[in-house]
Amino acid sequence: MSFLEVTQWLLEGFSTTLLLFAFTLILSLPLGLVLMFGTTTKFWPVKILTRAFVYIIRGTPLMLQLMVVYYIPGIVFHYSVLKWPIFGGNVPLAQFCCALFTFVMNYACYFSEIYRGGIQSIPKGQYEAGQVLGMTKSQVFFKVILLQVVKNILAPVSNETITLVKDTALANIIAVTEIIFFAERALNLHNIIWPMFYTGVFYLGFNALLTFIFNRLERKLSYIRS
Amino acid sequence: MAILEVKNIHKSFGKEQVLKGIDLSLEKGEVLAIIGSSGSGKTTLLRCINFLERADKGEICVNSQVIFDAQREKKYTEAEIRRSRLNFGLVFQQFNLFPQYTVHRNLTLAAEMLEAKGLKGEDKKRVLSEIASRADKLLEQVGLSEKKGAYPVELSGGQQQRVAIARALMLSPQILCFDEPTSALDPELTGEVLRVIENLRGDDRTMIVVTHEMEFARKVATRVIFMADGVIEEEGDPEEVFTNPKSEKLRSFLSSSLEKF
Repeated sequence: MSFLEVTQWLLEGFSTTLLLFAFTLILSLPLGLVLMFGTTTKFWPVKILTRAFVYIIRGTPLMLQLMVVYYIPGIVFHYSVLKWPIFGGNVPLAQFCCALFTFVMNYACYFSEIYRGGIQSIPKGQYEAGQVLGMTKSQVFFKVILLQVVKNILAPVSNETITLVKDTALANIIAVTEIIFFAERALNLHNIIWPMFYTGVFYLGFNALLTFIFNRLERKLSYIRS
Repeated sequence: MAILEVKNIHKSFGKEQVLKGIDLSLEKGEVLAIIGSSGSGKTTLLRCINFLERADKGEICVNSQVIFDAQREKKYTEAEIRRSRLNFGLVFQQFNLFPQYTVHRNLTLAAEMLEAKGLKGEDKKRVLSEIASRADKLLEQVGLSEKKGAYPVELSGGQQQRVAIARALMLSPQILCFDEPTSALDPELTGEVLRVIENLRGDDRTMIVVTHEMEFARKVATRVIFMADGVIEEEGDPEEVFTNPKSEKLRSFLSSSLEKF
């Protein structure tokens, strides 16, 4: 295989990687907020359930979670995910959706904990200062608290985001055709190992872009210091 | 007629009784200093008056109108509490300026939300510019006009506290409260803040100052309250309280806070 052919293969795989990355991020960031409200509510049944969920997800390997989502319906209910009507017999789509679902759940849990820490790190005095100035609770949250939280969580969120780029490689084990999948195919069909190492260039390039974006955001918010 | 009446305020945190029946009344234009050792309940009293804590028992009246009665059966709604709060301004020990906003925006933010709500077009413009110029005037009054575009982090503690005072004045509260306004400051910065507070006297402005600055209390207050263990142990005009303390507790408090080492 020529360098160009391999590059084309890997680009095809990397587009799947990017799709998985982007959808996971778009869905898990807001879902994390919902989970955070669950773990911090005073309504104890919801609190216990969401906290248990977060504990289980954070306490087990992502790879195991992928396998649970992918195989358990087939093993326990004799109804393989691949045969679910919503996927219309499209096996790659079913595999992609299993991976996406697992990643979204996993990352939402991590984001919920990041949000919780970010909100709890705002001093009580900020709420009180807003209150004594006659602001409503939602005015205090949106006008006073929120931007400070965003600033506080930016570094951990960027950390998670970069981890996510690399974690997408795990989807390979349920046959999602992401970049490593194609590198493996090159190894198996043409007996060449170098495409595997070449994948690193794609990850590094994309993470360089993310790092650049997050650094700019951080600089933009650097004027907020309490 | 009293502008503020506080009647029989009780407050406990868990088993600990912090306020055990506080009564006080304040005339318009009075400057009340509350002194006492830490744990005596003076900050809690101030927080009850500003509804940052709800008293367990007792009443608070402003201009002879009951704005809070712990005995009332119907719980107070957020909106009711918010309206009552506007009678008061509060300056915190830790300043609590909003770090993401400039000095000027710190002053205008709450006022805009209260006064320009629902307005449109020309009306809104007029109100907003009135608010902006009110903020300019107050910043001039506390001597920080040239810092209006700065962020809080760029200011010294003393300057931050002066901004916080101007911010509390933006909504023209009837009663301005200070919770140990100089306790978080380096000693060389307390003077500028105390001078600003001193200059606020007059204009019939009513103030309550919880403070550890005895000299300041003596000079600026029209009346002093000494609190100990959740009750008012002694009260009177400053000269009387400081030169002729009646209770043993006040005598030992004064001697220990005057002798620094």
